[in-house]
Amino acid sequence: MSRGWIRLVASVVLLGAAVSPVTAQPKPVSEETVHEVAAQLRCVVCQNLSVADSPSEMASQMRAIVRERLTAGESPGDVQRFFVERYGEWILLAPPRRGFNLLVWFLPLVAVGPVHRRGRKSPVSFDPQFRPAPSPSGKAEVCKTAILVWRWTHGRRGARPTPVDVDPAMSERIRREVESGS
Amino acid sequence: MKRLWRWLIPLAALPVLALLAYGFRVNPRDIPSPLVGRAAPSFTLQTLDGAPLSLEAHRGKVVVVNFWASWCYPACYEEAPILERNWRAYRDRDVVVLGVDIQDTREAAEKFIRDFGLTFPNARDLKGTVSVDYGVYGVPETFFLDRQGRIRVKHVSAVTDEVFRATVDRLLSEPRTP
Repeated sequence: MSRGWIRLVASVVLLGAAVSPVTAQPKPVSEETVHEVAAQLRCVVCQNLSVADSPSEMASQMRAIVRERLTAGESPGDVQRFFVERYGEWILLAPPRRGFNLLVWFLPLVAVGPVHRRGRKSPVSFDPQFRPAPSPSGKAEVCKTAILVWRWTHGRRGARPTPVDVDPAMSERIRREVESGS
Repeated sequence: MKRLWRWLIPLAALPVLALLAYGFRVNPRDIPSPLVGRAAPSFTLQTLDGAPLSLEAHRGKVVVVNFWASWCYPACYEEAPILERNWRAYRDRDVVVLGVDIQDTREAAEKFIRDFGLTFPNARDLKGTVSVDYGVYGVPETFFLDRQGRIRVKHVSAVTDEVFRATVDRLLSEPRTP
């Protein structure tokens, strides 16, 4: 009889201990959902980090706000709008696909499209591993553009750039690779 | 045709380069706030002395809300005496300066206030809710509110005497009713 009581009391205590954390602190919003919403928001005090990824105090406070608002019944879209209303679209890591922003989404495709088509016009090969190598002239154009950009951004200050100390063997290797087009 | 492609691809990069060049020339901290022109979010905090600090209590005045932190060196250290000086000069003309200390410790904030002899109310935003409501992304940031309680100017970086006086004088010169 006494052993039965002990068992009963023990099982009630154990059950209570197992259930109480769930009943005392209901979690209607999963951490995954909080993470998903936070991952779309820019950490305002960081460089290229989302609110989900940043260890900063500000990001932690923003995560708490995300959690609080989701728990209050707001949808992920509502929470996103809440931050956009205060910070502007800058707070979103991915710009919304509308208006001027569409350029950001589709310009790369427009730019890559012709290159892709050009690639397909290369000699036909039945080898599935075959990748047409860019012609040396194309590479030369890229190098020219890079040099122009470099001069443009560095020449403005008027100071001549100091020559960079490069290992001669390395520079020879680079030269050979550029020339061979590999 | 081949010749055309040779030029077209580098040419296609030009708009992108132009956009980058433009981006490098503008101040990255000058992100336009969507809050300018809108009603300032209301808040109630507790000052470091324990008194309630509510924006509502200052409706009808020109309010300067300054977000700062003791670790924000040198900008917050540069502007603290300027804010104090101008608060003293304008306090009798329906102008109030409210300091909001963010991401800081109590001790460091108290020391900062003591060191600069700040007499305008200062409160800590412990949960960051006021900072987020004002779209703050760094310190110092200062919001100038008109008598109707609208955010009229958001100033990023240290406030100078010129900025404070010019902005507050302009807001004071406006009629009391819209």
